[in-house]
Amino acid sequence: MIDLLLEPFTYNYMFKAIWVCALVGGVCAFLSSYLMLKGWSLMGDALAHSIVPGVALAYLLALPYAVGAFFTGILAALSMAIVKQKTKLREDAIIGLVFTTFFAIGLLIVSINPTAVNIQAIILGNILAISDYDIAQVVIISFICLFVLLLKWKDLVAVFFDENHARSIGLPVNALKITFFTLLSAATVAALQTVGACLVIAMVVTPGATAYLLTDRFGRLITISVLLGSLTSALGAYASYFLDANPGGLIVTLQTLIFLAAFFFAPKYGLLKVRKTIAKKVGA
Amino acid sequence: MSNPIVTIKNLSVTYPNGHHALEDVSVNLKSGSICGLVGVNGAGKSTLFKAMMGFVKPTAGNVSIDGMSVRNALKKNLVSYVPQTEEVDWDFPVLVEDVVMMGRYGHMGFLRRPSKTDHDAVAQALERVNMSEYKKRQIGELSGGQRKRIFVARALAQGGNIILLDEPFTGVDIKTEDSLIDLFQSLVAEGRLILVATHNLGSVPSFCDEVILINKTLLAYGSVETTFTQDNLSKAFGGMLRHHQLIGADLHDDEDARGVTVLTDDERPLVLYGEEGGKKIVRTPKRKKADKT
Ligand SMILES: Nc1ncnc2c1ncn2[C@@H]1O[C@H](COP(=O)(O)OP(=O)(O)O)[C@@H](O)[C@H]1O
Ligand SMILES: [Mg+2]
Repeated sequence: MIDLLLEPFTYNYMFKAIWVCALVGGVCAFLSSYLMLKGWSLMGDALAHSIVPGVALAYLLALPYAVGAFFTGILAALSMAIVKQKTKLREDAIIGLVFTTFFAIGLLIVSINPTAVNIQAIILGNILAISDYDIAQVVIISFICLFVLLLKWKDLVAVFFDENHARSIGLPVNALKITFFTLLSAATVAALQTVGACLVIAMVVTPGATAYLLTDRFGRLITISVLLGSLTSALGAYASYFLDANPGGLIVTLQTLIFLAAFFFAPKYGLLKVRKTIAKKVGA
Repeated sequence: MSNPIVTIKNLSVTYPNGHHALEDVSVNLKSGSICGLVGVNGAGKSTLFKAMMGFVKPTAGNVSIDGMSVRNALKKNLVSYVPQTEEVDWDFPVLVEDVVMMGRYGHMGFLRRPSKTDHDAVAQALERVNMSEYKKRQIGELSGGQRKRIFVARALAQGGNIILLDEPFTGVDIKTEDSLIDLFQSLVAEGRLILVATHNLGSVPSFCDEVILINKTLLAYGSVETTFTQDNLSKAFGGMLRHHQLIGADLHDDEDARGVTVLTDDERPLVLYGEEGGKKIVRTPKRKKADKT
């Protein structure tokens, strides 16, 4: 029995997949804590799709895909910021507009050069077939993100909570926001490799949303979110060995199950607790 | 304590939509005084604050604080600002004490690890606004007046020598208003400069030392005694105020020509008493100390 459970670890590719997923899952979960608060959850999805043209171009020019992805990610984030500043369009419309434009350009490039990119690898991701070269990229990106986030998470909270106040106490608000979107683009690139463009959205939304139901303090929210993100990602990759299933699908399913558990059973905001409290108040 | 002076020189602000909100406003503010900023809705009070904080760019003129540019003054945490409406997400997962602690970030190191001084400053600030018992509440779980006090506490924790408050009395009850006024007076006694925007006329003479009357342009600026007069107020408010007057024979049985004028905009009325129907203020109603229970 034990032997069977440990079996995945005897395969080098499985072992790598598990810890790389845990790392990427943790970084995405960290970012998800912020995105969810601002109602920017769809931003992660938008970025993931916007990255496609960059990846396609990078392959064409024989550059590391991360470089191309990263620059289109930043470009997309900047376009959104500029359209937002110059028009009165709402955020959802802007995100939709920018990301479909970028995605369309990406598809166009791929369709003109069909052999250039394996588009399915971008959209679905496949951590089990990832090359060592790509792993190196993912790991470097993840560690840089984690490092910056650990240093500056409090400043980012201040900016996200009350931008004007952050400015009034002399924080470099614009620099912090640009940093955040740079990290988000970078993390999205990393997540593409593991779960693919379609499921990146879950990685940068679900852990934060779950943690939000469990605590009123931002520091704890981040801790819970990162733990959930890492554990579910590792577990999903691990379980994919036995079920012979797509790891991305498993990871996101696990995250959703935990979210549902929190939704019903969370100590303060869970459905059951809220019902009980109200019943008690009414009964008293 | 340093002696911060705010110098506003020929300040004009035009919004991107072409609206001229402020034109050629010049004032010099000294520390150790409470200054009321009074004007009708839309007079440009909030705009003046935003220009002082560098949130809107002046189209002409400039603001300097303690001889520095606004940017540098903010970096040195000289100015605390309590906006009219907080544009924050009230469901944000932060506790009251976390919000007040954010006022201290400018004093902390690179990692923003609070020291004992920071914790003490937060506790003290909460104490001064009477909100200590709420420190573990999530910020959304407070009433409007309590939320306001939390943001005042954040400004206090920041410890700026210049405090800008944009309509701090809107939505708070009289008792809270009185305790806020007591608080402002004790802050000024510590040598700070407090600038309070308000359209609540009645309380201005009782707690302000100076007053700025604006309506797009500067109408009058000076000490309350000489500036807060019926003439100036009529200029500032036009026909927007309810106006009751009892003069000479209506008020007295003797030859006394003095009169009483009551100006009100539905909040605390302003009562003027004196010669020429109260055109000059002879006496302003002094505020009784709010009882702290
Ligand atoms: N962001 C903005 N864009 C355009 N016009 C504005 C903006 N903010 C305020 N205004 C206009 O500027 C004038 C002054 O506004 P404000 O400073 O908020 O007045 P007050 O605080 O005295 O009530 C008003 O006429 C208002 O409509
Ligand atoms: Mg205003």
